[in-house]
This record gives sequence, C-alpha cells and structure tokens, in this order.
Amino acid sequence: MSANQQMAAKYKNNFLKEVEGQVEMGEWVKMCMQCGVCSGSCPTNFQSSWDHPPQEIFMMIRAGKREEVLTSKSMWMCTSCYNCIVRCPRKIPITHIMHGLANYAHRLGVAPKGQPTRAFSKLFWNNCINTGRVNELKLSLGLYFKNAEGKIDIVQGIKQGLAMQKVAIGLLLAKRLNPMEIFGGHKCKDQKGIHAMLKKANEIEDKRKALPQS
Amino acid sequence: MATKNYAFYPGCSSQKGASASNYLTSVESMCKTLDIQLTEIPDWNCCGASIGYGEAGELPRHVMNARNFALAETNLPGQDIVATCAACWLGAKESKERIEHSSQLLADTQEALKEAGLQIKVMPEIRHMAEVLVEDFGFEELGRHVKNPLKGLKFAGYVGCQTNRPFGIAGENFENPMYLDKIIETMGGEAVPYDQKVTCCGGALAFSEPEKAQAQIKDIVESAYDNGAEMIVTPCPLCQANVEIYQGHINNKYNTKFNIPVLYYSQLMTIAYGGSAKDAGLNGQVIRAPKLEAIAK
Repeated sequence: MSANQQMAAKYKNNFLKEVEGQVEMGEWVKMCMQCGVCSGSCPTNFQSSWDHPPQEIFMMIRAGKREEVLTSKSMWMCTSCYNCIVRCPRKIPITHIMHGLANYAHRLGVAPKGQPTRAFSKLFWNNCINTGRVNELKLSLGLYFKNAEGKIDIVQGIKQGLAMQKVAIGLLLAKRLNPMEIFGGHKCKDQKGIHAMLKKANEIEDKRKALPQS
Repeated sequence: MATKNYAFYPGCSSQKGASASNYLTSVESMCKTLDIQLTEIPDWNCCGASIGYGEAGELPRHVMNARNFALAETNLPGQDIVATCAACWLGAKESKERIEHSSQLLADTQEALKEAGLQIKVMPEIRHMAEVLVEDFGFEELGRHVKNPLKGLKFAGYVGCQTNRPFGIAGENFENPMYLDKIIETMGGEAVPYDQKVTCCGGALAFSEPEKAQAQIKDIVESAYDNGAEMIVTPCPLCQANVEIYQGHINNKYNTKFNIPVLYYSQLMTIAYGGSAKDAGLNGQVIRAPKLEAIAK
C-alpha cells in the first residue's frame, strides 16, 4: 500500500481527523465560521488562481473531500502574505494550514505533478540544507534548468535563461549575482551537525505523525 | 547614547555578493552612524524562508531557527537577535513563539539540537532592524544624525507583508502601517500616500509563478507612479528584488514604461546621514537612483 492509501485507511473516511492529526495547525480547521474574509483578502485568489479559495478548502475538509483537497493546486498559490491570518475573526493560522496541506499532499505523493511552486519549494529546501545557507546561483540554475518534475531540461533552461538575461546582467553588474558560486559560495562550517540535527528532526516528526516512510 | 550591541542574523540574501549585498552594505554604514555594534551569529544557518514548507515539514523548520537561537545565546549571551530580512525575522519569531508555547515542541527541538552539539538555555528576543530603529532609538534620535536631508525627494514607502503581518513593527496597525513613511520623513524626504503599501509582491511565486507575481508588482509600481513617487523604499530583500528586477518584463507584457528605483530604508538613511553613494550601496541597484546619487556626499 502506498503512503497515501495507508493514511486514507488509517483515518477511515474522517478527513477532518486526518487533517487534525497530520497537517500543521490542522486542529484549527473546525474553528472556521465560513465568513469568507480570507478568500476576499488573498492576493492570488484576487487573480482567480485558487480553484478552491481557503474558505472553500476548509469546508471541503469538513465535507470529507479528501482527494479534491489533496490533489488541488490551490494551496500552492499561497505567497505567505498573512493577509488572511490577520483578518480572520477566529484567528485561524490559515497560511500555515495551507502550507501544511500542501506539504502533506506532497509527502503522500498526491500533490499535482508539475506544480511549479511545489518544485521550487523542494529545490529551495534541498539547496539551503545542503551547506546550511542558500547558494543563490545554483538555486537559479535549478529553477531554470529543472522542469517542474525535477528533471533536467536543457532547452527549458536556455530559454528561461535567455528570457532573464537582462535581469541577470543587471544583477551581475550590481554585484548581486556571483557566478563563482558555482564552485561553492557561502556555507556553514558545521554542515555535519546541521545534517544530523535535521535527520533527527525528521525522525521525531515522522514518529509523532506515524507517517509511513515513502 | 551608549553603543547598542545586537546578535546579527543577516540571512542568506544579505551576504557579500548575494542578492541583497547592497542592503548589507547600507546597514553596516547606517549602524556606524548610530553606534550600533552588529556581531554576526557565528555559523548562522538559513531559516528556510517562507517557501521551505513544501519539502521541509514542521519540526525541521523550527529546528533550523532554533539552531540560530542556541548559537546566539551561547556566543553572544544577553544580546537580542536582529534580522534585516523580513522572512528570517518572521520565521524565527514564529518558531520562538511555538517553542515557548509547547513543551513538547521544546523537548523535540532540544533532542534534535543535541545532534549538533547545541541546546537552548535562554530564548533570545528576535527583532527586525526596522523594529530596533523605531523602538530602541525612536524617530527623534534617528533624526538627530541627519546631515544631508533628502529634501524634495518623493518616496513610496512600500512596507509589504512580512514586516507588517502578523507581528507588525512596534505594534502598528497592519492595514496602514506608518513606520516606513515616518522614517522617510525623518530623513527629510516626502512619503507619498498610495494604496498599494501593504500589497504582496508575490514573494517566492515570483520565481515559480512569475506571471501572477508580476501582475501584483505592476499594481504596486503603477500606484507609486500615479501618486507622484520618484522612488520606492522597502524593508524586505525579496520585495526589493521582485519590485525592481521585473519592471522590464512587466513593461513588455503590459506596455508600461516603468523604470523606478527600489531602495532599502537603510540606503536612504545612509545618504541622509552624510554617507556616500558607495557607503549606501547605491552601485548595487539594477535600476539606478540618480536623484539619490546626486544628493549623496
């Protein structure tokens, strides 16, 4: 059984319970009073980028729409602007729940394939934990040359690089882009310690959430 | 005023040669004038930023921030952590709140930190540089050092999201924060009122969903222009980059003619304090700011 199937079986059709147990700040979902201020305040929802705006997601969770929620690209539209959080009359940590749903779907392998923010988040995190600090050049190269499924696509890379060349030149001249970073760049000294620390953190979290190793 | 000492958390973008190195340069110059001693937290690590959530999970993110807390308290005991990056500040403050709120999270964090030879004994305070300026100095004191007021220059103070929500600087109202406008005015400039002051620049989606972010950025820049601003000022490295570097793309798509400089508050302050264009990192602008360069000593 896949991780997704295991989790579905474990929570036996009670998606709200699943979200409460597995998703960051999930226990707050039941506090939603459906006022809609979050959806009305969201800058990317303003551009109609959410198939299901946050208000709808909360109701869908309570209605047990497990597959629709987890496979949705909506949560990935969140820019962490916190507009929803500060205006929510119930003080629900909406930003974190959206991120938590996205992370959960990602770990279960059911988040939308080719979702660019999903790919970028993975790229960013793996980049920063590698040496403890972000290597901006490698991050940009990864962004251009890896497709949204994480595979190298030279043609895409060249196209995107060309489209951004004026920006790149501007940053190079401003000394805010360092081509030498390809050889290393800024890093922490205790990388071993950081890796060991994160390994332990992952172990503890997986155990707490009884998330099957995928 | 006696020297003020802080444990400095620059964040990944404010390193030499990185995307906010002009911010770093100007902060160092500004701190010289204000007699602020910033000591970098030894071996500080990335906070994971707002975008790390997809791959990271909860505890790993908190632990990354906690490592910085432990390093600060061990090496620079008693000093507040000061971050210049909005996301570093926000993320660290969130982790601090959650750890203080949950003994289980604290225990889990300590268990993970042990693997890196660290423990949290005392939780430091987490401040943003703008917060330090407003709370520890106050506008009157900040104004005392002005030698070269930015007279006649009109700025749009672009606060954005993360220094504003959810915590806010000095407890200000998040719908219309005034701290940046007040800094601009204290430096002798004019802060134009405009309606996109707290609109999101798109954040990390400027990388992954550029069209969506650029639509938001267009609104911000257009409003700044419409209300008479000659330059935009911001406290966030990602806002600065996003609002500055995509103006060419936005012009291509929307047939606009944007070419407005986007600066950090610390760059304005450095110039107003009598610093040179170099001290203020003005050579680090992708869209140059000739009006500011002209005033600089």
